[in-house]
Amino acid sequence: MSKAMLRRADAQTIPISFTLNGRLQEIAVEPHELLLDVVRERLGMTGAKRSCDVQVCGACTLLVDGRPVSACTTLAFEVRDRSVMTIEGLADDNGKLHPLQEAFIAHGGFQCGFCTPGMILAAKALLDENPSPTEDELKHFMHGNICRCTGYKKIIESIMAAAKLMRESRA
Amino acid sequence: MLRRFRLEEPESVKEVSELLGRFGEAARVYAGGTELLLAMKEGLVQYERLINVKNIKGLNEVTLDKDTIRIGALCTHHQLENAPLLHQNLAALVKLEQNVANVRVRQVGTFGGNICFAEPHADPGTLLMALGAQMIAERSTSKREIPAVDFFVDAYETCLEADEVLTEIRVPVPADKSGVAYLKFGYLERPSVGVAVALRVDAGGKSIQDATIAVGCAGPAPKRVPEAEALLKGGSVDEAKANLSKAGEIAGGASQAISDLHGSQEYKEHIVGVLLKRAFGSALSQC
Repeated sequence: MSKAMLRRADAQTIPISFTLNGRLQEIAVEPHELLLDVVRERLGMTGAKRSCDVQVCGACTLLVDGRPVSACTTLAFEVRDRSVMTIEGLADDNGKLHPLQEAFIAHGGFQCGFCTPGMILAAKALLDENPSPTEDELKHFMHGNICRCTGYKKIIESIMAAAKLMRESRA
Repeated sequence: MLRRFRLEEPESVKEVSELLGRFGEAARVYAGGTELLLAMKEGLVQYERLINVKNIKGLNEVTLDKDTIRIGALCTHHQLENAPLLHQNLAALVKLEQNVANVRVRQVGTFGGNICFAEPHADPGTLLMALGAQMIAERSTSKREIPAVDFFVDAYETCLEADEVLTEIRVPVPADKSGVAYLKFGYLERPSVGVAVALRVDAGGKSIQDATIAVGCAGPAPKRVPEAEALLKGGSVDEAKANLSKAGEIAGGASQAISDLHGSQEYKEHIVGVLLKRAFGSALSQC
């Protein structure tokens, strides 16, 4: 049985439309529904992970209008008329990976992979705003994304390498 | 998990005030939600209604009005860390904002929401006290200015009336020959001690005309410390420097530091003294 069918008859619902990875979505949400649950359970995009659930770890990071937010603590109605990107929407339509994804593979920027979707999306937001970050700027921007496996060295290398790739492909 | 609540979406401050008046403690203002939703998810607080104030226009701007910087309560931390007006006039606030929590919290968390939630470990209150800021509180029929120093009453408690809404924070543009610094110390994203110092020196830079000191995060609410200020102002810079340790001790005591996982009371009081010296040095170097 879908969640929608379990709703109380008197529940308040808010019709919203937004794009998810470029595709228009028109759904009704209740005020208390969290973006993370809507995206994972109702729309099937499971890249974003629930981990700390208190906006500290970054595993649930999504991009809303290109900026990183914690989906675990974002009310779903807040994305009405906005664009949402999950890790599933990062490769292009032909399946060609984004330079950040390529760099994480090439440089071993992950081990268990649980934090990786959030890491890559946060890094995308950083590089979109600052294509040539210093390592200090990168660390400051990314300090809210926690990895319990790698010790961060490989993640930083991956992002710096992706930044270089992206600058070169623009030049 | 969040429990069900109803959402109200008013478009004016007057409507918000009326809703707060009508629903009382069953309703709460909701802006960025970065603190409120966490407390609701944990089940620490429950509301039947949230009043989303983000559709109210005109409360998310930073403007200069003669000698006053006016910050709309709905400005996000992200907006403030990038606001050119603040970069020109209030570098200490920019630096504070750049270091609030993490990039995702700064993206949606609002300045006004942070202040109204009055979480003891929040940064802005301490600096606003040292800057002599005024909070603008509005309700359906009235509007008043509250000095920052009177705004914070206790942990999670401000002096706002039940149907009052914080709409704006006004900060005087710092005078010539003045400087201000806010320093914090803590574990990861949670500051356990915050100290703000604002100084103004005479034309020759030899004597300290005015000094304000505020401490926060260590105790239930930020506090100004007039007894410590008195030791630093009115005399020469050298006299003030000689009094810094004593001022630090007084400020440490005034901070009402609480022993917890992040340090004992004595430890936090000591850190207040250390940060006070450093903030004094930083503020003085800007004068």
